[in-house]
Amino acid sequence: MSRALFTSGPLDASLALPAVDMATSIGAFETPAPVFTASGCAAAGKELDQFFDITAIGGIVTKSVMLNARSGRATPRMAETPSGMLNSIGLQGPGIDAFIEHDLAWLRQRGARTVVSIAGGSVEEYGKLASKLRSVEGISAIEVNISCPNVEDRGQVFACDPNAASNVIQAVRRNADTRTPIIAKLSPDVTDIVTIAQAVERAGADALAVINTTLGMVVDLETMRPALGGITGGLSGPAIRPIAVRCVWQIHQALPNLPILGMGGIRNGEDALQFILAGASAVSVGTVTFHDPSAPLRVQQELETALARRGFTTLRDAIGYAHRGPDLPEIDEDHE
Amino acid sequence: MAPLQLTGQVLDVRRAGLYTVLSLTAPGLAERTRPGHFLNIGIGGEESALLLRRSFAIYQVQSRGVYGGSVDIVVGVHGKGTQWLVDRRRHDTLSIVGPLGRPFTLPKEPANCILVGGGYGTAPLFMLADQLRERGCRVDVIAGAATEEKLFGTLEIKRAASTLTVTTDDGSMGVHGRVTDVLDDVITRSNADVVYACGPMGMLAAVAEVAAARGVYSQCSVEESMACGVGVCMTCVLPVIGDDGVTRMVRSCVEGPVFRGDRVRWSDVGTVPADTLGAPTGGH
Repeated sequence: MSRALFTSGPLDASLALPAVDMATSIGAFETPAPVFTASGCAAAGKELDQFFDITAIGGIVTKSVMLNARSGRATPRMAETPSGMLNSIGLQGPGIDAFIEHDLAWLRQRGARTVVSIAGGSVEEYGKLASKLRSVEGISAIEVNISCPNVEDRGQVFACDPNAASNVIQAVRRNADTRTPIIAKLSPDVTDIVTIAQAVERAGADALAVINTTLGMVVDLETMRPALGGITGGLSGPAIRPIAVRCVWQIHQALPNLPILGMGGIRNGEDALQFILAGASAVSVGTVTFHDPSAPLRVQQELETALARRGFTTLRDAIGYAHRGPDLPEIDEDHE
Repeated sequence: MAPLQLTGQVLDVRRAGLYTVLSLTAPGLAERTRPGHFLNIGIGGEESALLLRRSFAIYQVQSRGVYGGSVDIVVGVHGKGTQWLVDRRRHDTLSIVGPLGRPFTLPKEPANCILVGGGYGTAPLFMLADQLRERGCRVDVIAGAATEEKLFGTLEIKRAASTLTVTTDDGSMGVHGRVTDVLDDVITRSNADVVYACGPMGMLAAVAEVAAARGVYSQCSVEESMACGVGVCMTCVLPVIGDDGVTRMVRSCVEGPVFRGDRVRWSDVGTVPADTLGAPTGGH
C-alpha cells in the first residue's frame, strides 16, 4: 500500500495531476466512485440526470420511502438559515410499491448504482419494507433512516435510543437479502453518537451514514410564529459540517473497521476530503445540490484533484488518515 | 428539452418603477424557452451563506445578437438575496439554471384570450401575448396592483393587446379596485375562451373562480416558495386535483408553475386537505 507523498508547497496548478484510484466500498458494496447524493436531496435521480450523468458518481441515495403513500406536511416546509436551511417535508412519497414499480425501475434501466433509503413508524414497518425490497434487482445497499418517530413509543425517535435503533436494524437485517449491505443513518441529536453506532453495528449494520440533519427552529418575525408548518425542522448545509466531521471522527476512532458514508454540508472537494480523512469511506452531497444541481459530480472531480494534490494515489489510503500518529521527521532518501 | 446550467454575464441593470430588470447573457436559453417558463439564479457566489437559488419568471429572451443569446428577468426586492441581485453590475457573472417548469399551453386554433397580471406578475405575459397574437388570437390584458408604482410594463404590454384594463387597489391608476372587479366585463366584451393569469396566490384564486363561474378555461402561474426549483426538494408543493380526481401535494417547480385554475385547491393552499393522497390519518 502506497502512503501519501508530501509536497512542501502547493503544486504548480499547470502540472497535470496523476489520476487517483477513486474506488471504495461500503461493506460488500464496491463502487468505482465515492460521491453519492444524499437522501431527500435528489428525489430518485431522474431530475438530476438532466444536469450530470448520474452513473458517473458513486450512486443515488433515494428519498426515504415508507410503506404507504404519504402527503408530507403543510407548507411552509423550508426556511433559509445562515449557510444552511431548515426543512420539514414530512417524508412525502409514493409508498414502497409505486416506488419499486416506477422509481427503482427507472434507476435500474438507467444503470445507476442505487442505495434505497427506507423509513418507518414502527419496527414492523421497517421489516416489511426490507422484505418488499428482497426480490428487487439492482439495489446496491439499503440505507435505514432511523430519524423517525416511533409511533409505538410516544413518538420517540429511533435514532436517539440504542435499543430502538438496534431493533430496527435487526428487523431490516432479518428481512433483507443477506447479500445487501445495510447502512444505518445516525442522528447527531444524541448525547453520545458512538453508543448508538456500537449498538447498530451489533444489530447487524454493515455501515453507517453520518449524519442526518440536526433539529432546529426559526421564528418568522412578520407573523411572529414558527416559520415552518411543522414548527421544528432538520438543519442541513455547510452550517452543520463541523458537527458532521466530528461525528465521523468519533465513530471512526471507536469503530475503525465499520465503513462510514459521511455527509453534512459538503460543498466542494476539499470539504469531502475532510470527511474522508476523518474516517469516511465515501460521502454524500445533499443540500448543496439545491444550490448547484450538478454538485455531486463536481465534488467528486474536485475530491480527486484534492487527493492528487496531497500525493494520494488511491482514495482508500486517505480514509481515516487524520487519525494517524505524530509525523516522524522526514528523511529524503534520494539526497543521502 | 432539458434545462441548461450556465454562467451568465450581466449585460444591463435598469430600474422599472419599484422593480429592477436584469439582462443576462444566456446562450441557448432562448431557443428552449416558452411563455411561462422560469429560471433560477444562485445568490452570493460560490461561498455564499445564502444557499437557496431565487426563481424568476422569464420576461424576455433574445436568441441572437452579439452575446449569443440573452434573457431578461424582473426582480422585486424582498430580502437579502434579491437585494444582492439588484446590486449586480454590468460584467458580473451569475449562475443560471433554466428554463424550468411547465409553461402555459397555447390554443391550437385562434381563440380569445385574456391575460391577467398582478404586480410584476405581468412579466411572463409579454412573451405569451406575442405568441398568442402570432397564432391569430385576440389578446386582452388586465394589469392590477396595490398602487400605480407596483404595476409593471403597462405601457409596453398595450402594444400587444387589443385592450388594456388597469386596476389599482388605491385608485392611483385606472379602475379603483381589483382585477376581478373588471374580469367579468372583459370576459363578456372579448367573448373570452381562455384566461391566463400570473400574480399573487390570492389574485389567482379569485381569477380562477370568476373564470370557472363563466365556464372559461383558466391557466394560472403560481407563486410558491422554492428551494431547488428542479424537483428534488419537495418544498414548493400545493394541493392539486389530478386527472383521476385525486388530490395530491404536487411540486409547483416541475408540475407547475402553470396549473389549470380549476385543478388547484386554492382555499386549501398551505394545508394538506384530509382527502389528499397519503394525508395523515392520525396514526402518525
